[in-house]
Amino acid sequence: MAPQIHTYDTIIVGAGGAGMRAALEASKRSRTAVLTKLYPTRSHTGAAQGGMCAALANVEDDNWEWHTYDTVKGGDYLVDQDAAEIMCKEAIDAVLDLEKMGLPFSRTPEGKIDQRRFGGHTKDHGKAPVHRSCYAADRTGHMILQTLYQNCVKQEVEFYNEFYVLDLLLHEDSDGTKYAAGVVALELATGEIHIFRGKAVILATGGFGKVFKTTSNAHTLTGDGMGIVWRRGLPLEDMEFYQFHPTGLAGLGILLTEGARGEGGILRNADGERFMERYAPTIKDLAPRDIVARSMVLEVRDGRGAGPNKDYVYLDLTHLPAEQIEEKLPDITEFARTYLGVEPTTELVPVYPTAHYAMGGVPTNVSGEVLADNDTVVKGMYAAGEVACVSVHGSNRLGTNSLLDINVFGRRAGINAAEYAVGAELKPLPAEPEQAVVSMVEGLRNSTGHERVAQIRQELQTTMDQNAGVYRNDETLAQAEKDVKELQRRYRDVAVQDKGKRFNTDLLEAVELGFLLDLAEILVLGARNRTESRGAQAREDYPTRDDVNWQKHTMAYREKDGGDDGYRIRLDYKPVIVTRYQPTERKY
Amino acid sequence: MSTAVQEHVETSASGQAGVPLMTITVRIRRYNPEVDAAPHWVDYQVTADPTARILDSLHKIKWEQDGSLTFRRSCAHGVCGSDAMRINGKNRLACKALVKDLNPGKPITVEPIQGLPVLKDLVVDMEPFFQAYRDVKPFLIAHGNEPTRERIQSQKDRDRFDDTTKCILCAACTTSCPVFWADGQYFGPAAIVNAHRFIFDSRDDGANERLEILNDREGVWRCRTTFNCTEACPRGIQITQAIAEVKRALITRRVI
Repeated sequence: MAPQIHTYDTIIVGAGGAGMRAALEASKRSRTAVLTKLYPTRSHTGAAQGGMCAALANVEDDNWEWHTYDTVKGGDYLVDQDAAEIMCKEAIDAVLDLEKMGLPFSRTPEGKIDQRRFGGHTKDHGKAPVHRSCYAADRTGHMILQTLYQNCVKQEVEFYNEFYVLDLLLHEDSDGTKYAAGVVALELATGEIHIFRGKAVILATGGFGKVFKTTSNAHTLTGDGMGIVWRRGLPLEDMEFYQFHPTGLAGLGILLTEGARGEGGILRNADGERFMERYAPTIKDLAPRDIVARSMVLEVRDGRGAGPNKDYVYLDLTHLPAEQIEEKLPDITEFARTYLGVEPTTELVPVYPTAHYAMGGVPTNVSGEVLADNDTVVKGMYAAGEVACVSVHGSNRLGTNSLLDINVFGRRAGINAAEYAVGAELKPLPAEPEQAVVSMVEGLRNSTGHERVAQIRQELQTTMDQNAGVYRNDETLAQAEKDVKELQRRYRDVAVQDKGKRFNTDLLEAVELGFLLDLAEILVLGARNRTESRGAQAREDYPTRDDVNWQKHTMAYREKDGGDDGYRIRLDYKPVIVTRYQPTERKY
Repeated sequence: MSTAVQEHVETSASGQAGVPLMTITVRIRRYNPEVDAAPHWVDYQVTADPTARILDSLHKIKWEQDGSLTFRRSCAHGVCGSDAMRINGKNRLACKALVKDLNPGKPITVEPIQGLPVLKDLVVDMEPFFQAYRDVKPFLIAHGNEPTRERIQSQKDRDRFDDTTKCILCAACTTSCPVFWADGQYFGPAAIVNAHRFIFDSRDDGANERLEILNDREGVWRCRTTFNCTEACPRGIQITQAIAEVKRALITRRVI
């Protein structure tokens, strides 16, 4: 059956914070469709808790230059500083825009937007923690997602809910210029394939935390957007930099906001010692996430872990007034009660690092345009949010800067894509544009293989946790590389039990696993190749930062040549943009 | 019809060593319109950590026994609202219902939330639910000039509508409401909660528009204060009270 064809100016893939922020701009300027695997309000932006930083200076003196410095230093000098500057400058309007859209921020006694402390955010270049994070209790992400969705309802944005985009259609001119031409999507409710033609496409599909076992990410965060771009021969940037959030609920990985430490919470080892005083004497528990996560792992390795297996540390909130916890941190308090049976107002909460955020992704410039190499733009192709790598986070994102990123660069991508689209023409579709998706989907549906999706996924997550986690070395990464390769081979023999069309989530999970396997390989190769420690990449065999050889972004390309499936990964590099801040040793 | 409880000692999912695993029976209302003439119950035996979520058991069934079992889920910790289901006869999120709290000695029943068309197994058509939500104008309506900075709002004014900002649109409340079951045109508790969130926001000028919408034959007056919605809400929102406050605002024409 021939697929249905829909035509729009701007097509947005994903309806989390970045996708909906883009949609609010794009739909004002062009005929826009938003395609989303989930109902918009299910997106994982809603799980973000602690806040969104902007130098409003509502509580104490602050300015965007300090915020920029913190972002660059927090990212261990792999941040593109022009992009960070834009983000921190536009942060102020981004927060005010959300307030005007109706976001119910927590308030100061004077009725202004309240601000709290957060990891790595300091006054005057590292002198002390600063109140910079604008928040709504500990459900800031929920309020951002709801507010953006409410405004999409107000603006009558057109959504295609539970449409799973599986391919990107590109057009190449005779001079080699690449253009976005549309996307191919599977309608989950019916199993039908749809083609969406468009002049501009914005990817806002989020991250891929499900390559790891212990993660704060939703089940649905499987790197689909990155995987689609990758399979169409476009590069991915800095994939080895994957953030582990220090305070996941032990054993479960459920996020407990850094805002808990911003409100005065303290990390303690089994001896009750406030160990962060040893690792970051100035800002202690509010050091950036990479430093805190490593410190926690070292405490456990040195035998100072708590619990029957001595495999976690404690988050201590017991010295805070119960009213402050109830008012400022109600949700995480409930998570601890529900899932661990721990009462945070009187008991210590077991925590351990949890896979949280991809600093890397689809390379873009500051306009949100996707790059085909270090500087060539794919015309009409945009990306924003966790799927993208601008790079404002460098090798380690500061807390709250992701909610900021989705708003600033979601907005930019939305405006730029729509403005491009209204002045552009539809590009011709390739012959049988649905063919790649049909063969993938039908191949999986009709496979008679003997491998199970859940088994392969579990083995992938186990090797990634063990061998590509907070600390890595050549030996563990070689093991992960070998394991991922073997799992990719087995994946070719994977079969699903559900052979039906309607809501085939068995098939959906099989497709998602394919993307996860692709991305895990790139992560591991990049990590193995980068023989230094920087930000979230902590190499035991190369424990120091090496600016001479490695102050550069990794660019991974999928190339037709050799390899088991006819492809191999080529790693290349891109210079870091340095404007104001030369790299110096990172101390907190 | 109790099921024998088999005990193993392993480390549980929540990292608490020594919690014995148990074998439970999960009785699921299955329906695939592509092949089934009518919905029917199917029992699955599965090993479960009593401190784990019933969602974990549903995943174990899907991943190890029957890949065709279909349900929505995403965040798995009660913030995205994907996995509202009727579990042991009560609406809950599968990711917030722990096995130990579900009387696991007996079969645990899992069926789709009621009052919305079942599309497959535990997946229902959410469109009527979201339509009711959209109908109450769930967005800030502010007249006059925009301030250059943020609008000023006192902590007290902000607290006034805090409870109803927690809604995750999971539909657990609306689909537990007997009035909604009997009359699918009733706006339902979730839509009223989201109207409340704006009616009582001091920055909003749209209270009268929304109150008129809810003054409709299918509006707040259909509520019979059975409290099912309040009991079902996984976010602990005092829904019945919110509905009562909207009713009071309609009678007094004052929003306080």
